[in-house]
Amino acid sequence: MLSVDKRYRFIYKPVVFVASLTPALYLAAGAFGLFGLSLGADPVAHLLHSCGKTALNFIFITLLVTPVRRLSGFTHLLRLRRMLGLFAFFYVVCHFFVYLVLDQVLDLHAVLQDVTKRPYITIGFTGLVLLIPLAVTSTQKMMRRLGRRWQRLHQLIYVVAILGVWHYYWQVKRDIREPLLYIFMLSLLLGYRIVVRWQTRRRVTSKSGSATAQERI
Amino acid sequence: MKKLPGGIAPSEITPREVYLSRRSLLAGALAGGAAATLPAVAEDAPPAERLNYTLNREYSVNLKPTSFEDITSYNNFYEFGTDKDDPKANAHTLRPRPWSVTIAGEAEVTGTYHFEDILKLQPLEERIYRFRCVEAWAMVIPWVGFPLGAFLQRFKPTSRAKYVAFTTLYDTRQMPGERYPILEWPYVEGLRIDEAMNPLTLLVVGLYGQVLPNQDGAPLRLIVPWKYGFKGIKSIVKIAFTERQPPTTWNIAAPNEYGFYANVNPHVDHPRWSQATERLIGGGFFSRQPTLMFNGYEQEVAQLYRGMDLRRYF
Repeated sequence: MLSVDKRYRFIYKPVVFVASLTPALYLAAGAFGLFGLSLGADPVAHLLHSCGKTALNFIFITLLVTPVRRLSGFTHLLRLRRMLGLFAFFYVVCHFFVYLVLDQVLDLHAVLQDVTKRPYITIGFTGLVLLIPLAVTSTQKMMRRLGRRWQRLHQLIYVVAILGVWHYYWQVKRDIREPLLYIFMLSLLLGYRIVVRWQTRRRVTSKSGSATAQERI
Repeated sequence: MKKLPGGIAPSEITPREVYLSRRSLLAGALAGGAAATLPAVAEDAPPAERLNYTLNREYSVNLKPTSFEDITSYNNFYEFGTDKDDPKANAHTLRPRPWSVTIAGEAEVTGTYHFEDILKLQPLEERIYRFRCVEAWAMVIPWVGFPLGAFLQRFKPTSRAKYVAFTTLYDTRQMPGERYPILEWPYVEGLRIDEAMNPLTLLVVGLYGQVLPNQDGAPLRLIVPWKYGFKGIKSIVKIAFTERQPPTTWNIAAPNEYGFYANVNPHVDHPRWSQATERLIGGGFFSRQPTLMFNGYEQEVAQLYRGMDLRRYF
């Protein structure tokens, strides 16, 4: 029987890595016309939307780690969180580069206009920028160096998740059913954290409350 | 079913009773799958035949048309779903034959007419037009159809006819997307009368020489090549002459984003994206190209809007 360490190192992490890379490989195969795959009539739009949605999905999966390990007791799932978060960043970067290189053909003037004039792009771009410090500080070394501040910094992921879903919701033309589904899932993920925090606070205050009651007696 | 203007003998036109009974027979056949009604079904079956037409060079652009595959698999036709590939997958529920079109409103001649009889009125022509969607993608499409203006003149519009209003079929069994309140159904569109009478404005019945596929708006759709694609209302069942500007579906849905005019204009952006450039479908990666004023039809139509503030009347 392998130790938890080894199981993660040699089985779980490689499997999750390959699985996380699958959407990118699938799109690349489509882009190069491999295995009979194609990106359809509007390949740039297809790449753009697929990368964007995959990025959102990875942000959600990353945000799922904490609730799942708390509720299931598989506490060591935490070891996968960094990789999942970095894949979220990877797909956001792909999304941005598809937009910059393929969609806007490196027309920096047009990109600047978009980022400053179009609120949904401003929001999306802000999300991308906010993810950069999180990716940079994702190493063990940075975690140790930042100590308690690391936790605070990485709470930015909640802001990024909200901006990402907002960015998606805002660019849809009329049929908002799918963005609404994302809003719903986001509310569950964030709602869970609010409830947990609220419960912890109540436990703390009720303890101190009973303490004062005892003092009174 | 009324007699059509333009010297069609009454005998050429199917009497209303026959046409109605044929319709109910067809409905019965579809409901019960009965083979007894075969003659009617055979006559009304949607033909995948080629059309007779001549190419109108004067009104065609000298560009390579987008592939038939792309034109028929990348569609915005929310009556069959909101994804681009939904119409191709779902439009088989539409029955484009038999079909009738009602002409109503401010005209001396009005009534409901067989689609087949409408087709007989004038020769068909092929026109290769640029097509520009408001979503900033473009195609080049070899339509087959006839000019709307000459067709409308047959009904002798009165002096009160200032606009033309179009309506799409409303039938949730044939168009399942109409069950969802994504837009206000049925889809409606409109043109100013001078826009409708412009020789570029086309009623379309086919593309690539074939009868129009369901997902492209069978059996009869509008094409106004200098306007964004959403003006090109599909599966038309009613055309009415009106005195007042008629409501239009996307304008109702988002008045700050989609105007009544919807002229292709690279200088007036959509609130959420630029209209200065467009992606040419079928052009692969790096297919972005500049958008032309009035989609390249400036010479033909600019005078229609002389003196108008195109930022205000977008």
